[in-house]
Amino acid sequence: MNEQLTKYLMMLGDNAMILGHRLSELCGHGPSLETDIALTNISLDLYGQVRSYFQYAAELGGEEVSEDTIAFLRKERTYLNVVLVEQPNEDFGHVIVRQFLYDMFQSFMTPALMNSADERIAAIAAKSIKETRYHLRFSTSWMKRLGAGTEESKARIQAAVNHLLPFADEFFVMTAIEKEMYEEGIGPDLQTFKEDFYSKVKEVLIEAELSMPESAPRVVKGKTGIHSEHMGYILNELQYMQRTYPQMEW
Amino acid sequence: MDNIENLSARFQERIDAGEKIEPKDWMPEKYRKTHIRQISQHAHSEIVGMLPEGNWITRAPSLKRKLGLLAKVQDEAGHGLYLYSAAETLGISRDEMTQQLLTGKAKYSSIFNYPTLTWADIGAIGWLVDGAAIINQVMLTRTSFGPYARAMVRICKEESFHQRQGYEIMLTLCNGTPEQKEMAQDALNRTWWPSLMMFGPRDEDSPNTKQSMAWKIKRKTNDELRQQFVDITVPQAEFLGLKMPDPEIKWNEERGHYDFGAIDWDEFWQVVKGNGPCNKERIAARQKAWDDGQWVRDAALAYSEKRSNCGERSEGIKVQRSKGKIA
Repeated sequence: MNEQLTKYLMMLGDNAMILGHRLSELCGHGPSLETDIALTNISLDLYGQVRSYFQYAAELGGEEVSEDTIAFLRKERTYLNVVLVEQPNEDFGHVIVRQFLYDMFQSFMTPALMNSADERIAAIAAKSIKETRYHLRFSTSWMKRLGAGTEESKARIQAAVNHLLPFADEFFVMTAIEKEMYEEGIGPDLQTFKEDFYSKVKEVLIEAELSMPESAPRVVKGKTGIHSEHMGYILNELQYMQRTYPQMEW
Repeated sequence: MDNIENLSARFQERIDAGEKIEPKDWMPEKYRKTHIRQISQHAHSEIVGMLPEGNWITRAPSLKRKLGLLAKVQDEAGHGLYLYSAAETLGISRDEMTQQLLTGKAKYSSIFNYPTLTWADIGAIGWLVDGAAIINQVMLTRTSFGPYARAMVRICKEESFHQRQGYEIMLTLCNGTPEQKEMAQDALNRTWWPSLMMFGPRDEDSPNTKQSMAWKIKRKTNDELRQQFVDITVPQAEFLGLKMPDPEIKWNEERGHYDFGAIDWDEFWQVVKGNGPCNKERIAARQKAWDDGQWVRDAALAYSEKRSNCGERSEGIKVQRSKGKIA
């Protein structure tokens, strides 16, 4: 049971960490100072959530395990984030769409986790709900701004939607871990909010004067540790210090 | 009659009486220009300064350090914002200032033209670069131009937090393994001299100092501030157990200050002229962010115009005077 719970915590934390990592790559490079600050804020919030989940996982893991060994010293195949969050910062449009899809999913996931039978998870979710709402408001407002802005912005954001939306289906695939967590009352049945997720996404796309792509969902399995080719490079940077200088305090 | 001479005399009286000058007050054109130059240079330093530290965000060695560094670099963006706003009160737009940075017309602190090569550089920057900046900025909280002085009060509070954070990174390294301590020593060796250069040329080579002192833009000379920094820093290095990379550093009982060796002013001027190790890369990174962001700023402006034509208030975004600027 503890082993599965630990993996579930990693799954929750890894999503936030890898997305936080992608956002942190943009710090100092944003299209304006205000968006730079806003994206960094989101990254900070996500890393805060990562620490909560990994500290909890570390407590379940025994003496040699810490939030940092969980974050930095696993092999790629044991990171359990969805493939969507690994996708690179192609342009600001891709950054916004990736964020929007993640935030929209979290707007269902976080309230569901607030009802978790695991009190600690429920508390972490309760703490992050305000952040989740703020992030969704931010990404939704930029979806609209870019969709209804100029011809160029519309083309760019539509291209990003077409590219990234097919990755969203992975959110709703119930892996063995998630099934067990559902049976224990710790996590939700993801299928229950799949339909609402897509109808909300569609609502925003319509308001943003964008169209819903027809393409089929991507076959991706990040939640079982099978990642995109981007992941190795992310971990290369993320783990650099811990791998080069093992077992030191920083 | 309010001729220029009378106005100038009255202006100097106000300065001498310690009054703050506000944006709508009369001021000599040179005072205005000097402030635009100095405040925008300061703002650019905050923004360009995000780059060397940002270089280590994705590689920070622990979650705690990553959060600390992200928050710090974000604070610098915030400082840039206040400072650009303070300069805008003098009649220049943020876009114009950005163009001056990108074309090389406006300068920024040369320290950011040095590379960050190890994690210890993040500690050394916090400790030494922010430390040097604070000495300057504490003086500037009492500067005569109101908006600049007030921005400095706010900035100083955050900078001193950054400096403690940097020193604490160094302390952790110095209490760590020999390899970590060596990393800290190397970072000190590389950062020390450029930090001393942050105070600017020697007093005898600083033509603007006299006027700046008279207008209470500056209250201490470059050399006075530099000495103050050396006096504070040497004991801090001793506490870390690090060796100062200057064999001439020695306490001078008579002067009540540390003596220190000669600064390589050739290097200083070379870096100021654009020939430092990273000048071109820093500007290229800012240029890329500007160019890549153009369509985003255009979209935000177009969207906000459409919305205001529809009689709706645009939410969460304010578009200012010039095209492409988002606030």
